[in-house]
Amino acid sequence: MSIEVRGVSKSFGKFAALRDVNLKVAPGELVALLGPSGSGKTTLLRIIAGLEFADDAGGGPVAPAGAPRVGFVFQHYALFRHMTVFENIAFGLRVRPKATRPSDAKIRERVLELLRLIQLDSLAGRYPSQLSGGQRQRVALARALAIEPEVLLLDEPFGALDAKVRQGLRRWLRKLHDEIHMTTILVTHDQDEALEVADRIVVMNQGRIEQVGTPEEVFHRPANEFVMDFLGSVNLFHARAEGGQERRVFVRPHDMEIGHQAQSDSSVRAVVKRIHAAGPMVKVELESEIGETLQVEMPHERYGVLGLKVGADVYVSPRESKVFFEDYSI
Amino acid sequence: MKWRVLLVGLTVLFLSLFLLVPLAAILVEALRKGAGAYVRALLDPDAMVAIRLTLLCASIAVVASVIFGICAAWAVTRFRFPGKSLLLTFIDLPFAVSPVVAGLLMVLVFGGQGWLGPLHLGVLFATPGIILATIFVSFPFVARELIPLMQEQGTEEEEAALLLGASGWQTFVRITLPKIKWGLLYGVILANARAMGEFGAVSVVSGHIRGRTNTIPLHVEILYNEYNFVAAFAVASLLALLALATLGAKALLEWKLRRDAEAAQREAGA
Amino acid sequence: MARGNKNATIIPGFGLTLGVTVAWLSALVLVPLVLLFVRTTALSWPKFVEIVTDERAVASYKLTLGCALAAASLNAVMGSIIAWTLVRVEFPGRRLLDAVVDLPFALPTAVSGIALTAVYSRNGWIGQALGFPVAFTPLGIMVALTFIGLPFVVRTLQPAIEDLDPGVEEAAGILGASRMQTFFRVIAPALLPSLITGFALAFSRALGEYGSVIFISGNMPLRTEITPLLIVTKLEQFDYAGATALGAVQLTASFLMLFSINLVQWWTARKTGVR
Repeated sequence: MSIEVRGVSKSFGKFAALRDVNLKVAPGELVALLGPSGSGKTTLLRIIAGLEFADDAGGGPVAPAGAPRVGFVFQHYALFRHMTVFENIAFGLRVRPKATRPSDAKIRERVLELLRLIQLDSLAGRYPSQLSGGQRQRVALARALAIEPEVLLLDEPFGALDAKVRQGLRRWLRKLHDEIHMTTILVTHDQDEALEVADRIVVMNQGRIEQVGTPEEVFHRPANEFVMDFLGSVNLFHARAEGGQERRVFVRPHDMEIGHQAQSDSSVRAVVKRIHAAGPMVKVELESEIGETLQVEMPHERYGVLGLKVGADVYVSPRESKVFFEDYSI
Repeated sequence: MKWRVLLVGLTVLFLSLFLLVPLAAILVEALRKGAGAYVRALLDPDAMVAIRLTLLCASIAVVASVIFGICAAWAVTRFRFPGKSLLLTFIDLPFAVSPVVAGLLMVLVFGGQGWLGPLHLGVLFATPGIILATIFVSFPFVARELIPLMQEQGTEEEEAALLLGASGWQTFVRITLPKIKWGLLYGVILANARAMGEFGAVSVVSGHIRGRTNTIPLHVEILYNEYNFVAAFAVASLLALLALATLGAKALLEWKLRRDAEAAQREAGA
Repeated sequence: MARGNKNATIIPGFGLTLGVTVAWLSALVLVPLVLLFVRTTALSWPKFVEIVTDERAVASYKLTLGCALAAASLNAVMGSIIAWTLVRVEFPGRRLLDAVVDLPFALPTAVSGIALTAVYSRNGWIGQALGFPVAFTPLGIMVALTFIGLPFVVRTLQPAIEDLDPGVEEAAGILGASRMQTFFRVIAPALLPSLITGFALAFSRALGEYGSVIFISGNMPLRTEITPLLIVTKLEQFDYAGATALGAVQLTASFLMLFSINLVQWWTARKTGVR
């Protein structure tokens, strides 16, 4: 089922959480709403779920607002703490009106099937307080799936988990989505999560959508400074253009090259300040002639060839840079 | 070390002088003339009427407190609306008002020259008046327990239930009620203690008709003023036992509520 | 649930629960209170002044205010010591004493009244030992008001003492502060708002207290007659105008106390930036 949001605004008192947002999600797509806290991504998700209503109904209703078949997963799980895992998952089936309620045997069958799906079949009798965070979030997901939703909405589902568990669940979620192909919207503030899991990413900031695109598009062709900055670290240069006016040039750390000689006229002289060699990439922090701090990332092989030391004088040259002509600020 | 002994000494001394000794005095005075006199005082027909009336009033007042408390807590903790803090002040008002003034208010509304006086509803100096006065002084207890509790518990579980297709009533009964049951019981116990023991407000509206409109506290007063001290303290000892039971239940529930809160905190932190 | 309502959420029951709450408060609290003031304004001004400045009334104000103030002050001092001891000092029977502090809340006021009278009268257990009369004097009223006010101070202070960070005291100690300095510079300021609130709650309750006082006070006009009792007396004499006027005075005092308690709490919340 597809989702369409047209002209949605929402304010809490004087704070504008959403300003005229438009969004279309295709059937079977996994879309991530990505943005810093306060960007309106959770509010948008809650409006899509029907948990809250947009300010004016003028822009037309948000599909499928209020429709019963929405599966929603909360950041803090919102498991029913006085019910077992089994009863949590069965809840959505048990509260159906008598006419449409499945028999106890059918409910049992469905719950066990979901328990197998989330690989927690042995924990059906446990209470939420007896589970780990990752297990709880899987139960929350199973509970949402039990009612066979047409749309799955996930609000920072891995936000409260530690890094390791998070990575595992992330991959598991992507695999699950590939199997069941349900229209899914995921809210996150973690760009790695969005880049890894989503088919498309919606970058949000201050109640507005900044860019919509595939992970490759938003990462490699960011629409503006905000998107560029939010999707990874970035170096900022103040360059002078031909007309004499100042331009802001953005370069990602892995798009910078360090050499002992100047490679082009855009090379900058800098001093190595710090080297972090632990990790998949070597991170070098430098200070340019005019006192700007620069970050450069390179593979270990390149680092070995260069033989960098703290205090060394080097030249830094951008391989690929971005200049945004439209001034981003509001 | 010296400080500690001094602190504990002062605490024990003060609490004894003001709380423990008077409490002990009730039981001693009640049994001064032996168990026979004690039992006779309780089995006296007027005492039995007072006990029955008190139980009736208290049960109605407790139900009223529960209904009001749940409605008020739901409205206040689940929705944003203007005038909320004013509403909260009004909920607390019966505690700030002297019980005598509470009784006076009933007289002004239902009394002979009162606002509804011409209707001759037969409220004042009769059971309905006593019930109303009791409700007035005890209704905020449940709301006051539930509001902070439900505020802290938040609405996510309810939202989850509603999105899973549960109706509002199903959500309340299956999700909210199990979460607030101890807090609710705590409020009920406090409301009950106040309802059974209320003196000032009830005294103003009851008319003190012996064997008809006397509650247990009013019966105690009459016996005491007749210098029938043994009987007065015997009947009073019933209320003292109720108070002790209330304190015991309160301590137990506080322990349970604290444990639940800690469990919820652990859950959120995990 | 109306669409377009800013507060609208999926959670149902707004109209029902708020409706019940508002209707209830209006019928039981708001309308009677308004009625009391309407009735009061129905009195002519000189008549009102005559009633509320009557010699007996003024004597009752002085007595009620004085005893309430004395009792609340005694509670502020002893309540602080008790709260501190119950939170910070381990001793056998602590939990029991902690539970007993609530006794004045749980014990019906009439029962407290006759019990205190029995203990503090001339031949009572404590009255005998003291050698000076307590019951049937203003001192007796003070005893009753201390009894009913104590839990307010202790229960307001306890959470504040529990919240005190022992690290701050230790840090003060390490920085060279003496015990007294630590207490007056670090601990006392942190506890002051709670102490004021507890004091105000105890004072407010004492102003309106009736049941526990009337047995021990002796109820002599001009000497040991508290204002609430005077209201009851007027009602029993079917002097509704008099009762209403004094009721208005009593109620105004309650409102002033409620207002100042809210003010203290608002001020504290603003100062500490939490709650």
